[in-house]
Amino acid sequence: MSSPEHLTGPNQPLYEARKGVYPKAVDGFFRRLKWGIMAVTLAIYYITPWLRWDRGPYAPDQAVLIDLANRRFYMFQIEIWPHEFYYVVGLLVMAGIGLFLVTSAVGRAWCGYACPQTVWTDLFQHVERYIDGDRNAQTRLETAPWGPQKIAKRLGKWSVWLFIAFWTGGAWIMYFADAPTLVRDFWSGEAAPVAYATVGILTATTFIFGGFMREQVCIYMCPWPRIQTAMMDEKSLLVTYKEWRGEKRGSLKAAQADPAAFGDCIDCNQCVAVCPTGIDIREGPQIGCITCALCIDACDNVMAQIGKPRGLIDYCTLDDAEVEKAGGTSHPVLKTLFRPRTLIYFGIWVSIGLAMLFTLGQRTRLDLAVQPDRNPVYVRLSDGSIRNNYTLKIRNMETRPRIVDVYVEGLPGAVVWTPAGKREFATQHIHFAVAPDAVHKVQLFVAAPAEGPEHSEFTISTIARTGDESGDSDAVVFERPENEEEEEE
Amino acid sequence: MTENKRIDEPTGTQTVGHEWDGIEELDTPMPRWWVFTFWGTIVWALAYIVLYPAIPMVNSATQGVWNWSSRGQFEQELQAEAVRRAPITSALAAIPVEQLAGDERLYQAAVEGGRAAFKVHCVQCHGSGAAGSAGYPNLNDDDWLWGGDMPAIHYTLTNGIRQPDHDETRFSQMPAFAGVLSNGEIDAVTSYVRSLSGLEKASPKSATGAALFSNNCASCHGVDGKGLREFGAPNLTDGIWLYGGDKASLTTTVNNARYGVMPRWNNRLDPVTIKMLAAYVHSLGGGEANPAPAATPVPDPAKVASNVKP
Repeated sequence: MSSPEHLTGPNQPLYEARKGVYPKAVDGFFRRLKWGIMAVTLAIYYITPWLRWDRGPYAPDQAVLIDLANRRFYMFQIEIWPHEFYYVVGLLVMAGIGLFLVTSAVGRAWCGYACPQTVWTDLFQHVERYIDGDRNAQTRLETAPWGPQKIAKRLGKWSVWLFIAFWTGGAWIMYFADAPTLVRDFWSGEAAPVAYATVGILTATTFIFGGFMREQVCIYMCPWPRIQTAMMDEKSLLVTYKEWRGEKRGSLKAAQADPAAFGDCIDCNQCVAVCPTGIDIREGPQIGCITCALCIDACDNVMAQIGKPRGLIDYCTLDDAEVEKAGGTSHPVLKTLFRPRTLIYFGIWVSIGLAMLFTLGQRTRLDLAVQPDRNPVYVRLSDGSIRNNYTLKIRNMETRPRIVDVYVEGLPGAVVWTPAGKREFATQHIHFAVAPDAVHKVQLFVAAPAEGPEHSEFTISTIARTGDESGDSDAVVFERPENEEEEEE
Repeated sequence: MTENKRIDEPTGTQTVGHEWDGIEELDTPMPRWWVFTFWGTIVWALAYIVLYPAIPMVNSATQGVWNWSSRGQFEQELQAEAVRRAPITSALAAIPVEQLAGDERLYQAAVEGGRAAFKVHCVQCHGSGAAGSAGYPNLNDDDWLWGGDMPAIHYTLTNGIRQPDHDETRFSQMPAFAGVLSNGEIDAVTSYVRSLSGLEKASPKSATGAALFSNNCASCHGVDGKGLREFGAPNLTDGIWLYGGDKASLTTTVNNARYGVMPRWNNRLDPVTIKMLAAYVHSLGGGEANPAPAATPVPDPAKVASNVKP
């Protein structure tokens, strides 16, 4: 960060008030890129919950839905159950590796273009310019005494901010319930309290972070800039002021009078004026720089006006800076991007994605889990045979009701029945009607003759009567009394 | 060290004055909003102290103006839970025990409620898995002294076994045969009884025992030894022995007789809890269908689980 003059005295204050940042509007390639990214990210955020996806009568038709109440996660044709949460973990790992990849290649591009804090601050600043005017008008209004006009402008600005902030929270909750229903419930006061609380919290944080905290979030609150600092190297792209070309700075008039004594920088301060975090990029790489590249646009515009080549401030790696300083030509950008480090990150990122796609394709949508009931381990029945109890869970992960057959295999003389059934009618086979997208939990009684090993392993298997061979099996143990001596009993 | 404070050239910030091996620390000012959050937490704490129990006094902490306590919140939650369960409880109170197994949802609710009540009132004798032990019946099996259908289990639970203060109680009495039969005769009878379930092979001794059995035991245990539930007389031909089927245990049983007891629960538990316990015990695997006169519940075609008949 640049150093405020009032701190240089021996009695500097313990606390520093936020210095107002009034970034000037600018146009250029990177500004348009940021508009585009803002439009795309906001559109994704606001539209996604309203996309519909037909899953039949037994599942919600919202394309992306995090159904916490029923513990299901829907994403287009993929449905994730709680026990498949590792897919979410995989996505998070991919997001992490993706940030490594982006950071090592193009530095803090996430911060400058895609981070919600940046996108919403950008949006809020646009509103600010629309109501208060550009940089100079804003500073004038800030120092102006409170009067009807200032009050009207402040109230107008804060109202629009609040409106945006409210819809930010309002869109968030749509991911967690059926959006059209939730909108109706929300306005009729019938939505869950957590919905109102979430909207309230997100409205407050958006309003405060986007309207008032802005670069303070990036500089003081967010851990990511510090982590990124450790992940960049001399081949990462940075927004760089090419001081070897710009210095010594001097006014246009002075430079024209004595071109040999001055560099290209005419000290017009445009790079500082447009900076959303209020830094001076000419002081070198710093934690306050989110690499939004607006200073590049500002400087390019000035260079065009004074007839100098663009790129006095430009994306540049530390390596290239050394090369250019020595008078050489920098590497092409593609060569900077494709290097072992980025390729390794990309390789890891892609292989996690492919592995997840592969397992998603392989996963079975019928799952069986058998748990022996351990208390008691076995029960002796009046005819002398032994009964073991098991808790059977059949997960029907398809959104249609299915009838599944359950077989007891590999245990001579065994029969299986449920508490609703009768042992007299029991065979080695039983079937259940399992509701769509549901777990069917039932207790199984398995009886077998007392003669046999103390622990006999056998198989309980299930197969759906849907003709698609989907099924599952589980190896379980049948317990008998130990060391039974016929004469003792 | 404070005299070593200086202004750091590149940042323009004052140092704190420490220095280790040339490494110094900048005294960067905190952002002011940070201090506001600090004051905010203090305001929050003050409000908390006023509203909630906070300051420890001699006997208890200050009450707080909201008069909140974790115990009070727990009571509220218990009451809310009782209100939530009221429909189930009243339905259970209304339904006759013979019909409970026919109402699948209510039956399941009763089983779950009974599972909890069993862990409080019954595990002391019957064990946490209801598997019993010598002298305490295993409730998982299909052998019942007094009957294993819902009404019979419910009656046993309500009235107990051998409760002298209660006329309705289950009461069985086997004579102690020590002194009535000689040791040799008792030896013969036990051999015969063991032969009924194949624990011993038939022998001349067991043939002697058979005659003694029909004279002394058959009136309660039946001519075939299969017991009589009206008297609580156990089936001697099956594989289950409450007090042990080995020679020594059986000899003790015939010599001294056994008088197991069970509390009656009608003076300790409410009728709904007793019904729930009956349903739970009935669900453990040995539950029998209601006796013939009672209407058998019509199987629900929409029932989720069903057995396949061979």
